[in-house]
Amino acid sequence: MIWLRELARRLSMLTHRRQFDTDLEEEMRLHLELRQQQQIESGAAPDDAHTTARRRFGNVTSLKEKSRSAWGWEWFEQFVDDIRYALRMLHKSPGFTAVALLTLALGIGANTALFSVVNGVLLSPLPYQNSDQVVSLADWFPGYGESSSSYPNFLDWVRLNQTFSSLAAYRRDSFNLTGQGDPEQVTAMEVSASFFPLLSVDPVLGRNFSSAEDQLGGPPAVILSGGYWKSKFGSSRDILGKPLNLDGTDYTVVGVAPENFYFCCSSTGFRLSDVYITIGASKDPPVHDRHIITIRAVGRMKEGVTLAQARADMDNVARSLGGAYPDINKNSGIVVTPLQQVMVRDVRPFLLVLLAAVGFVLLIACVNVANLLLARSTGRGREFAIRTALGASRGRVIRQLLTESVLLAIAGGALGLLLASWGTRAALAALPSALPRANDVRLDPHVLLFTLIISLAAGVFFGLVPALKTSRPDLIGTLKEGGRGSSGARYRIQNIFVIVEMALAVVLLIGAGLTIRTLVGLWTANPGFDPHNVFSFRVGFPPSIGNADPNTVRASLRQLTEKLAVVPGVTAVSLTTGAKPLDHESGLIFWRDGQPKPPDEVSMPYALWYRVGPDYLKVMKIPLIRGRFLTAQDDANSVGVCVIDENFAQKFFANEDPIGKRLNFSLVYNQPLQIVGVVGHVKQYGLDETTEAPMQAQFYMSPLQLPDDQLKTWAMPGYVIRTEGSPSAFAGAVRDALREFNSKAALYQPETLDSVVTRSLASRRFAMILLAVFAGLALVLASIGIYGVVSYIAGQRAHEIGLRIALGAQPSHVLKLVLGQGARLALLGVLCGLAAAAALTRLMTTILYGVSATDPLTFSAVAFVLTCVALAACYIPARRAMRLDPIVALRHD
Amino acid sequence: MHRDEIPPGTLYLLILKTLARSGELHGYEIANSIQQTSDDILQVEEGSLYPALQRMLIKGWVTAKWGTTSGNRRARYYQLTVAGRKQLTVEMSDFQRVIGAIARVVEAV
Repeated sequence: MIWLRELARRLSMLTHRRQFDTDLEEEMRLHLELRQQQQIESGAAPDDAHTTARRRFGNVTSLKEKSRSAWGWEWFEQFVDDIRYALRMLHKSPGFTAVALLTLALGIGANTALFSVVNGVLLSPLPYQNSDQVVSLADWFPGYGESSSSYPNFLDWVRLNQTFSSLAAYRRDSFNLTGQGDPEQVTAMEVSASFFPLLSVDPVLGRNFSSAEDQLGGPPAVILSGGYWKSKFGSSRDILGKPLNLDGTDYTVVGVAPENFYFCCSSTGFRLSDVYITIGASKDPPVHDRHIITIRAVGRMKEGVTLAQARADMDNVARSLGGAYPDINKNSGIVVTPLQQVMVRDVRPFLLVLLAAVGFVLLIACVNVANLLLARSTGRGREFAIRTALGASRGRVIRQLLTESVLLAIAGGALGLLLASWGTRAALAALPSALPRANDVRLDPHVLLFTLIISLAAGVFFGLVPALKTSRPDLIGTLKEGGRGSSGARYRIQNIFVIVEMALAVVLLIGAGLTIRTLVGLWTANPGFDPHNVFSFRVGFPPSIGNADPNTVRASLRQLTEKLAVVPGVTAVSLTTGAKPLDHESGLIFWRDGQPKPPDEVSMPYALWYRVGPDYLKVMKIPLIRGRFLTAQDDANSVGVCVIDENFAQKFFANEDPIGKRLNFSLVYNQPLQIVGVVGHVKQYGLDETTEAPMQAQFYMSPLQLPDDQLKTWAMPGYVIRTEGSPSAFAGAVRDALREFNSKAALYQPETLDSVVTRSLASRRFAMILLAVFAGLALVLASIGIYGVVSYIAGQRAHEIGLRIALGAQPSHVLKLVLGQGARLALLGVLCGLAAAAALTRLMTTILYGVSATDPLTFSAVAFVLTCVALAACYIPARRAMRLDPIVALRHD
Repeated sequence: MHRDEIPPGTLYLLILKTLARSGELHGYEIANSIQQTSDDILQVEEGSLYPALQRMLIKGWVTAKWGTTSGNRRARYYQLTVAGRKQLTVEMSDFQRVIGAIARVVEAV
């Protein structure tokens, strides 16, 4: 406690410094006067008395200094002085200050913005209690990889595991909501009763699901999402206990989830669900079929359990399931991954590349400001020579210069923070579906700390070289020269800066160029179908059709297709359920008829399963390669047929003609299906699909040939139509056709296939746009940098150039002289940049597609563009030098 | 007259002792008191009292307040605190131990 009181005394001195000075002054004056008086009284002459008093007292100034410094505040006072001085200096050169501030604001702002994204998406823990204990669980099958799981398997996980305090299954679904105004589609998540408690989410209204509600035959219950409760029901508390009719079943509203509750995985898209219902009570037969993988799962590890322990435990569970159900689970595994990793897995590589890019922008900004400072400090050489001559130590001068640069950086950082908060919001608003966890992106204390640290680091970084150089005590030279440099060596640092800047810009431009080439390549890549002029939607059947007998369903499907086909401007219509390119995945295992049935399901191959109408090829413009496609005659009364894609044919009928061969899909069909045709391959998993995608074989069959039990749940079939002219204009006509078909049928998810394609590229577009912005910024900063240095050096050489002109040098010669200097720097920079880029772009191969990391076209184009821009930037000072009036230039000294 | 510099490190002790004996004193009085009590042998560089007094203020050994001198002038008077009194005993015993040791060395036969 003694030190605390001491600190209090020191602080009180700090706040009363003025008083302190006058007190000390008065005290010492009194002492001197009393001594002098005493000397006079003892007979000394007044002059002698004065001298004696002073001699006995000692050096007044130094003693005052000592008394002050005893309190330990000199550093602070010097600091305050330095800041005051720095402010004055910055104020005196507003042009310099403005340019430096803007440059730093852009550099720091871009970094802050991107860091706030990285922080929100990658670094900050998920907004669930002890979120590091929450993991994602998925099945793993040999030859397929990570996969969804079946619900019965999940129930066994719950029963058999030792390391989880809770497990919850979930799957996405959508329902037709009726009885609340116009019928509408709601997105739903079917979850275990343990889902919300596991994620530590308490309902804002009502309660969580009970375990009774999570059983087959349990009371149908629904929990609304906070957002849907607000938008659909105006946050009315009366909704609790009311029924909600989903696909013809009344679900009782038992609760409302908090509005900020967020749960997504890349597999479920970044969209939030409108409502939650229990998965255990699902009447959808596939949910309760161990053969069909429909769900994903999350788990909360028991306290103290590590990831490795949980993994070992689930390995055991997988082994015992493999023993119990060898036909399905033999050799399969269970993958346990931290939930956060799963959520951000798709965007992580983009964000890391962007973070590196934006770091480069800041480096360029720093180099630019360092250059400006250097140019300015040569002008201030005299000021510092005088200070040094008057006894300022080198360290003191450096400290003062660093105070100036750090002050600049912090002001720039504050401006950058403004830019960042605006820029982040703008970027997220422009591309809402590009990122998961967009809600978690904000300027939190971590981001502020990051900004502060990079500002300070930037200030020291760009201030240190000029400060070291300025403080070099070459007093005599500087004073003699009158503060104007002329020797060539002093430009060396500036030249190096320009080269570095150019090189950094090259790397960034190449990175951006490669991303743009990737995206352009993807845009123009052939996905195997033609998305232009295709309108896609789903139809909400009223329960009177959806829950009717199979023949009525078949008749309705056919009838609706006919109704849509006659809409003016529609050239082809097809029903599409099951798998849909870029949208929905559905697979089925099979084996070739005539060959022995594999011993278990695990050994059977998978194929993507498209259930479509006869005109599907016409709508999607998928080429028919051999045989025929499905026709209207392939219905419930005719023999079962299917059509396979070229990959299927190649993989399973390498040297044979597949036409006429038969395939067993015993999970669904009792009879084998005959192959009648081969069609082109479609990129199911996105335009950037590679040959490593899990399911490459594809087959098509008619929904009308589905067995009766598969036709039970037909609430929401999908359709695609090919249109003449813009497909988005067809929403109205389609809606009219639907109403004519059945007044209670509703139109859902109307969109063009083009927009589906665009959406599938959202993350890439986000990365490309940002990289392009950063590269553009780098280009501008680097050209300003080279312009600044070349014009500065030309200005410093005005005397020499004037002399040359006076001696008869041609303007073109002067132009060449100045331009040549800039060109040399630019070329050196570009060369270094190309070398660095060749090494660095290898790190971004994960986000490239269809273009090599050292793509020669991108490299040469960037080199060319940057050289041109640099020359253009040098041309301005060169022309100025060319037009120099020798008389003015020579007289200037 | 020959005047000796005060031994290093004893300035605090001298000031503390002087204040302990006389109560409240201002700087000039402290300087005079040390000089006179030592029969003019101890010569303090008078100004160096002030940095020392500042350090003692920080330590909390003395407090200062403004008053008027007999000549009716404003002066800063210093006074010992409880902590200052404690410090005086510490410094005294240190001093005596050192002096005793030195004496034993020089007087040793």
